[in-house]
Order: sequence, then C-alpha cells, then structure tokens
Amino acid sequence: MSTVTPAKRGGRKRARLLSGPGGSILRVVSSVIITFFGLLLVTFLIGRILPIDPVIAAVGDHASEAIYNRVREEMGLNLPLWKQFFVYVNNVLHGDFGKSILTSQPVLNDIARVFPATLELATLGTIIGVILGVPTGVLAAVHKGKWPDHLVRIFGLVGYSVPIFWLGLMGLLVFYMKLDWVAGPGRVDAFYADFIEPTTGLMLVDTLLDGDIDLFWNAVSHIILPASLLAYFSLAYIARMTRSFMLEQLSQEYILAARVKGLSEFRIIWRHALGNVMVPLVTVIALSYANLLEGSVLTETIFAWPGLGLYITNSLLNADMNAVLGGTVVVGAVFIGVNMLSDLLYRLLDPRARR
Amino acid sequence: MTSETLLTVKNLAVSFTTSKGPINAVRGVSFDLGRERLGIVGESGSGKSQTGRAILGLTASNGTITADEMQFRDVDLRNLSPRQWRKVRGARISMIMQDPKYSLNPVMTIGDQIIEAYREHHKVGTKEATHRAIEMLEAVKIRDPQRVFKSYPHEVSGGMGQRVMIAMMLIPDPELLIADEPTSALDVTVQLQVMAILDDLVRERGMALIFISHDLHLVSSFCDRVLVMYQGHVVEEIRASELDLAKHPYTRGLLNCLPKMDGNHDDLPVLQRQASWAEG
Repeated sequence: MSTVTPAKRGGRKRARLLSGPGGSILRVVSSVIITFFGLLLVTFLIGRILPIDPVIAAVGDHASEAIYNRVREEMGLNLPLWKQFFVYVNNVLHGDFGKSILTSQPVLNDIARVFPATLELATLGTIIGVILGVPTGVLAAVHKGKWPDHLVRIFGLVGYSVPIFWLGLMGLLVFYMKLDWVAGPGRVDAFYADFIEPTTGLMLVDTLLDGDIDLFWNAVSHIILPASLLAYFSLAYIARMTRSFMLEQLSQEYILAARVKGLSEFRIIWRHALGNVMVPLVTVIALSYANLLEGSVLTETIFAWPGLGLYITNSLLNADMNAVLGGTVVVGAVFIGVNMLSDLLYRLLDPRARR
Repeated sequence: MTSETLLTVKNLAVSFTTSKGPINAVRGVSFDLGRERLGIVGESGSGKSQTGRAILGLTASNGTITADEMQFRDVDLRNLSPRQWRKVRGARISMIMQDPKYSLNPVMTIGDQIIEAYREHHKVGTKEATHRAIEMLEAVKIRDPQRVFKSYPHEVSGGMGQRVMIAMMLIPDPELLIADEPTSALDVTVQLQVMAILDDLVRERGMALIFISHDLHLVSSFCDRVLVMYQGHVVEEIRASELDLAKHPYTRGLLNCLPKMDGNHDDLPVLQRQASWAEG
C-alpha cells in the first residue's frame, strides 16, 4: 500500500471524483439524458394542452379557412401527436426551437441574446448573496439568542416579506434619483449601448474585452442595484440555512475535541464547523442560483433588464408558444446543469461522498 | 502516590439550567491528584464526565461551575480568560473522548488534525510538524502511518480512529490526560489493545491520568486509585488493589454484579439502591 507513488494517488483521487458513489460517469450522463428527454416531453405536452391556437397566433383571427389550414399543415399540427413530438425533439436536438412570432427571429437567437443578461445578473446576485449571507448566518448561529441573531432574523424577514417590486422602486428612488450613487434602468447608458461588441453577451466581460474601462464602470453602476436586490433575497435564505446548519455542527463532538486542543474560536468556527456546513450549503446555494437563473420577471421589468424572465413572460402574454417552450427548455437545462455542478462540488467538499 | 500534587479539586459543583428547572450534575466533588492514574467510576448520569469537562472548562454554555478550589499546578482553573484557557487546553491538560467516529472532524485529513494540535502550541513549520505527527502515529502503533496521515477519519476503523485520537491529544505533551470512556465505543478485542497503548504512553511520559469509565473492572486494572461516583457525589475513594475491601454498599453492589470465573453460577444479584446514597 505504501508503495503507491504520489502521482498515482492523485490520479486515483481524480478518478474517484468523477465516479459517484456506486456509479460512473456513464451513469451521470445517462441520467442527464433521461432527465432532459423527460423535460422535452413535459414542455411539448404543455405546449399542446394550453388553450392557445398557435395557428391563429400566427395568421391572426381574420384569416380565411384556406390560409388557416395551409399554415396548420406547414406547422405540422395535422400530424399525429407522437409524430409531432418526434419532429419537435429532432428539431430541438438540431438547435431549432422554431421562430418567435413576436421578434420574427429564431428562438435560439433570441435566447442567446437575453440569457447572458440574466446570467450576469443572477451570477453577481448569487456572489453577493453568498459573500454576505454565509458570514451573516454564521454570526447569527454563534450569537444564538443574542442581539446579532435577532438583527439577522429581522433583516431576513424583511427580505422574505417585502415585495421585490416595491424594494426595487424604492432602491431606484433613493440610490438613483435622490443620491445618484448608481445608474438607472437598463444594462448600460443608452448612449453607449451601440458601442459594445457582444462577444459573450455579458456586459461586464465584453466591456473589459474591449478594454473600455469607462464603459465597464458604467455597466457596473447599472447592474449593482438589481443584483444587490436579488442578492438580498438569496442572502436571506442562505443566511437562515447557514445558521441552522451551523448550529447543528457546533453541537458535534469534533467541535468539543477542537476546543480540547486549545484552538481559537475563530479557527473552530471558520475552519472546523464551516468546512462541514459547506457540504449541505452547496446544494442550497446551487438551488438559489438556479432560481435566479430562471430570470426574475419583476426585477427585470422594473430595471428594464432584457433578460430571460422578461422574454418568457412577454412571449406568453403574446401567445408566442415557440418562444415560451424554448425558454422553458433552457430554464430546465440550466437546472440540470446547476444540479450537476452542485453534485460535483459536494464530492469535492465531502470526502465521504468520494468513494 | 507521589508527594507532588498536580491537581486539587475541592467541593466542585456543576449545575445546568434547563426548561424543567436546574439539574445538579456534580454536587461537591473533592480529590487530589498526583502523578498517578485515577479512575472515576459511575453509572451514566453520575456526573463523572461532567467532572472531567469542568476541569477543562468545557461545560456546556447553560451550565455553571462552582468550586472552593480548583488548582492545577500554578493555575487557578476557576476564573481563566478564554485566552488563558487556550494555553491550558491541549498543552497541559488534554482529553480523549468516547467515539472517534464523532470526535474527529469528518472533512479534514487525520494528518491535518494532528498537525493542528501540535502547531497550536509549538511554533514550528509544516515539515517539522508533519514529521512529529508521523512519529506520534508510530508511537500509537499504527503500522502504516504515512497512509493513515493522508486518510480521512471515515477511512479508518474504530480502533485505529481511537489511536489517532490518542496521538492527536498527546502530541503537545500534556501533563494531565483525561480519558472519558476511551474504549466504550470499541470492540471488546480492540479495547484492551487501545488501553495498553494508552497505558504505555502515560507511563513513558510520566503523565497523570484521569480515567473515566463505567467499567469497574477495566478501571481497577489500569488505575492506582478509584473514585466511585453516584448521583453527583463521590461515595467512595479506594486504592484499586484494595477494591475487594470496599465498604460503601453501592460499590459492594457493583462488585457483586460482576460474574466471577470460579464463583458459583447462580443468578447475579441486582443492585438494590437506597435513597441515602445520593446524599453524600
């Protein structure tokens, strides 16, 4: 056993990381494929069940019956349901979600345009939420029942109970109108909008790629308010979960053992207890991130943020079924992706899950 | 045993405030400890573990400790600041707990946990600490210390885990070791191995040992002196070799419950408790 070279050990560890408990990478891939297939089936059925006639949505309700029938045939709606599904899956696998009636663009192009906006907002929101939420939760747990705990609870309660559109409007009123600390709605000032080369679609990245620092700070001052607002909601949730995970860990025997060793409270809390708290917390953070990635309709509306939530809602209100289904598939795929990521992180953080 | 007194405890009391009213876990325990091996025996709830924890100042936050005297060498243990406690814990008084499955941090490697215990009290680099940790793992008779050093606690057996625990708690070279039911979670066959290792190290290093257990037999074979506790009181203090001469009815009752190889094979007697024992 002791003759195993360091290189070999590392290799084995990495291999263990990829293969789950009692499973292999093949199992992960096949489970993703099955989940994705199920997702397509459900979105397809929803599209057919909804009392929206896609033909009327396309031709309008004044069209003659001949035109109606022709378009219906073009859309493939005269085929049996299973054939329609087959065609749908085939198209999706080729990246074809159909055309949006509203924008008369392929849905995939639309999503490629709106998703980065949501991705940017959700990612920044989650980063702020984690950076502030985890320490807040730890603080509340360590001072359980004392004033920091109560303060965090009240702060969190406001986060849950106040509607986001009110907070958004108040935020704009105070920080944009009165104090002028941040920029208003939109992703950058309208004046700049045409100068940016959409390489990745992420404003913060694209402006840096262009090497335009002024534009970068302009984008920052636009995103910071809506991102903080989303962060507040995930923060309230992350802090509450961190607090309860932390309390559970602090009563464990290994914490007592760490105290016996004479370690500092700081090290006991932030190294020993938090190391164990991170294991369940990763799942909580991942779910909260996935929720933000769906796009928050209200936040995107208030801040005129052209993201996924706004896109799907507009499409739905205009009976633009291709766009709605395409958006739904993307949201589902994002959930699958984030879940896989959290699974991987879980294995990284918990040695017991690596075998 | 020796003239030098390491620890003096006088009239120690530990009580907890709970929603159902106060609970007095320890009620007036007194003893002196030299460089010797003292056993504390009692059933669960007798206050033996709480006595051990009070000596380390690790009573739970809803508990209060009072004592007329609690002197460890030059240190008065009754009112230390957190900073002063950290100088005592690990370095001068250490403790081994019952179940390595719970008392080792599951997400840190064994090596990191041992190194941490050493470096907390010795200003040395990682390399030197690693070397010391491996040496310590060898001292607790682990055959493949390099591998165990890199392992996580769930990857080793219970007996191995408890040896790791012993290595971790003895590496800063404390003067007093409190072993709180160190073998109760282990298989019977492993129990004696672990006790033998612990006993060797305690002798070699000239440490004092407080051995807390419910197992009268085990305590009497590894200790010089035994305190018998019942409901927070010490009901009897006796030399381990003279255990057969115990006078207190509770101790006698416990002794009578032990089966004897050469004795008759009638049913063992059941301990008949008396209310007066609880009023030491």
